[in-house]
Amino acid sequence: MDSMVLVVTSGKGGVGKTTTVANIGTGLAKRGKKVVMVDADIGLRNLDVVMGLENRIVFDLVDVVEGQCRLKQALVKDRRLEGLYLLPAAQTREKDAVQPEQMKALCDELRQEFDYVVIDCPAGIEQGFKNAIAGADEALIVTTPEVSAVRDADRIVGLLQASGLTNPKLIINRIRPDMVKKGDMIGIEDVNGVLALDLLGVIPDDESIIISTNRGEPVVLDKNSHAGEAYRNIVARIEGEDVPLMSLDFDDGFIGKLKKMFGI
Amino acid sequence: MFDFMNRILRDDGGSKDRAVERLRLVLIHDRAKVAPRFMEALKEDLIAVISKYMEIDEEGLDVTLDSDESSTALVASIPIRKMKRSYD
Repeated sequence: MDSMVLVVTSGKGGVGKTTTVANIGTGLAKRGKKVVMVDADIGLRNLDVVMGLENRIVFDLVDVVEGQCRLKQALVKDRRLEGLYLLPAAQTREKDAVQPEQMKALCDELRQEFDYVVIDCPAGIEQGFKNAIAGADEALIVTTPEVSAVRDADRIVGLLQASGLTNPKLIINRIRPDMVKKGDMIGIEDVNGVLALDLLGVIPDDESIIISTNRGEPVVLDKNSHAGEAYRNIVARIEGEDVPLMSLDFDDGFIGKLKKMFGI
Repeated sequence: MFDFMNRILRDDGGSKDRAVERLRLVLIHDRAKVAPRFMEALKEDLIAVISKYMEIDEEGLDVTLDSDESSTALVASIPIRKMKRSYD
């Protein structure tokens, strides 16, 4: 199989890009793929913390680009999964420490070693964004059901198209089915009605995400989490499987659990 | 119960409809890349051209963009004070 370089982007900050990268990367590695996650958010490094790998960093992306170390020296191996690596961002440098051509060359080097390269793009549309998308084959856009986030996603679609990434896939994060049902939250159809992208997945707002982030363990490994299941589905779709959208009509009460136990 | 009462008393449905409508309008303007300044310039040119043929109420002039699923339209509402006599 040819390797694939995915960039996860959004425009707006705080919609769940880093969490999405951590879960997609971990999910793909769990399926036996060789994966590297690249934190392209130079100056605001976070993916290491979400992955629980913050204590293992020696070198970073800028060190590699500037030739201060070899690529292999900067890759941080995951604690849990074989074949999962992180290339951390520099924390004390500026975004312009890297140029798009350098990122492209880096992605091509990583392609030699890995099945998937998953890039965590910084928020915004400036230099950091241009760097992050420079070497990507495909873009995933994360948004939440809010006017501001969807608006920024729409802007990103335009910018990606101008850079030749013509078919970005959409991930809608933090859906609250109860609020959608009450008519107090923009629904999946409404978001995609205006963006008109291929929908890669929908992730319910779930406390288990906060708990897993506190622990530095991606929720995709949690068998009992709805958000984890949503991420496992997204990973399967990236791998080309045809998985239907999961029902967001959760019944987690006592009766619901009892029903689940008896399989009804 | 309180939630139920709230829903009965509220006449505009959920806040979602309002959000979707705002999203729709903001995207029309973003996508058309029409800055407010640009719209003002368009308005002034429209006034100049139309004034050659009829006397219009410049204060009441309203020019906006609107769109449905498939297309975007320039919608202009231009109140006419009186028609100018033809020259010949």
